[in-house]
Amino acid sequence: MSPVTVFGLWGAAAVGLGLYGMIVHPHPLRKILAFNVLGSGVFLLFGVVARRGAAAGFGGDPVPQALVITGLVVAFAATALAVVLLLRLFQEAGSATLGDDAPARPNTETTPV
Amino acid sequence: MTPLQALDAGVVALVLAVAVWTIAAREAVAAVVGFVVYGLLLALVWLRLGAPDVALTEAAIGGGLSGVLLLGAAGRLRAAGTTAGQEPGIVLRLVAVALSVTVAAGIAASVMRLPDPAPTLAPAAAANAAATGLGNPVTNVLMAFRAMDTMLEKVVLLLALVGVWSLAPDRLWGGRPGPRHRADPQGALAFLARLLAPVGIVVGVYIFWVGADHPGGAFQGGTILAAMWLLVMMAGLTDAPPVGRRWLRLVLLSGPAVFLVVGLGGLGLGAAFLAYPAAWAKPLILAIEIAMTLTIAVTLGLLMAGVPERSARE
Repeated sequence: MSPVTVFGLWGAAAVGLGLYGMIVHPHPLRKILAFNVLGSGVFLLFGVVARRGAAAGFGGDPVPQALVITGLVVAFAATALAVVLLLRLFQEAGSATLGDDAPARPNTETTPV
Repeated sequence: MTPLQALDAGVVALVLAVAVWTIAAREAVAAVVGFVVYGLLLALVWLRLGAPDVALTEAAIGGGLSGVLLLGAAGRLRAAGTTAGQEPGIVLRLVAVALSVTVAAGIAASVMRLPDPAPTLAPAAAANAAATGLGNPVTNVLMAFRAMDTMLEKVVLLLALVGVWSLAPDRLWGGRPGPRHRADPQGALAFLARLLAPVGIVVGVYIFWVGADHPGGAFQGGTILAAMWLLVMMAGLTDAPPVGRRWLRLVLLSGPAVFLVVGLGGLGLGAAFLAYPAAWAKPLILAIEIAMTLTIAVTLGLLMAGVPERSARE
């Protein structure tokens, strides 16, 4: 098995790990972390595809690599927005849970997990 | 097993362990620390995948900025003693395990069946490299061959920032983001900020500049500049500017605006949207990149600084 395939399998595992964390963690911050782990797995798959496409003297296909760079920046922007939303939820509701057992104010939207 | 293979196996094992830790740790802060280490190790993986440009971005964003952002959030939530909420039951856990394993196995199966020889656009990128005069194929893709993606991504960054700002109460609209950081002016943090920031700014500009021909570019350089700005703000040497300031808005808009003007110019001169006239390709791309680096640095810095929490006059 080539090293590139090993990284690809690890990318698949990261997606599974992140998905699991997103489902089972009640804490929204942990969900954000798990979402980022999931995303890193997807990016790694791009990296594997790029590496396999190494040709013309390049270490990898530059197109998927460029897409990953764009993706990393967008993922960071989404994470920053999610963190700010979470802090605001905490400020408003006094708790950072998404469960309907949260001691939330009546006008606060709650979503059952 | 050659040393490089051993390194690969070791890196994968480490990354795996750290990722499991990030998901399984009890404390949110511990999980965030795990995630920062994970981001730095991923940069190593990117190097081994022959993608130094991505490795730089991953180290700067995944290991650096995300870490500061998430640690800050974890600290704020923990200081207030938040309850974690209801732990999921055993049934939900089992369903989650089944679902995750199925998805991961499906992706793993497709990784094993990737076509051979692999489809690639590298020869096309190499054949057209002469059109722009840039030596770095990734920068070529970002700034020329798929410039539309890069332009729209600038817009996404701006939208995220508008989203963050829109969470401010009405009376603080246009105010200064985040709390005022105070640190001992004689302390280690202020010293580090004075010492590291000038070096970091030079490194950031350098990484942006060499991106034309070597690994680096506007994203990586802009991220380093943003980190230096944050360091100086956290050390209390300067305060975050009120987000209503006109110069700030102009800097935020300059990246996408220059991109759009050059793009429409390409349309007006007859070729296509974002088509650069051959003789002008490199200067135009550099002009876009300079504006973009500034916009990225300021946007990322303000995304990290957060919601306006103080009035502009404070």
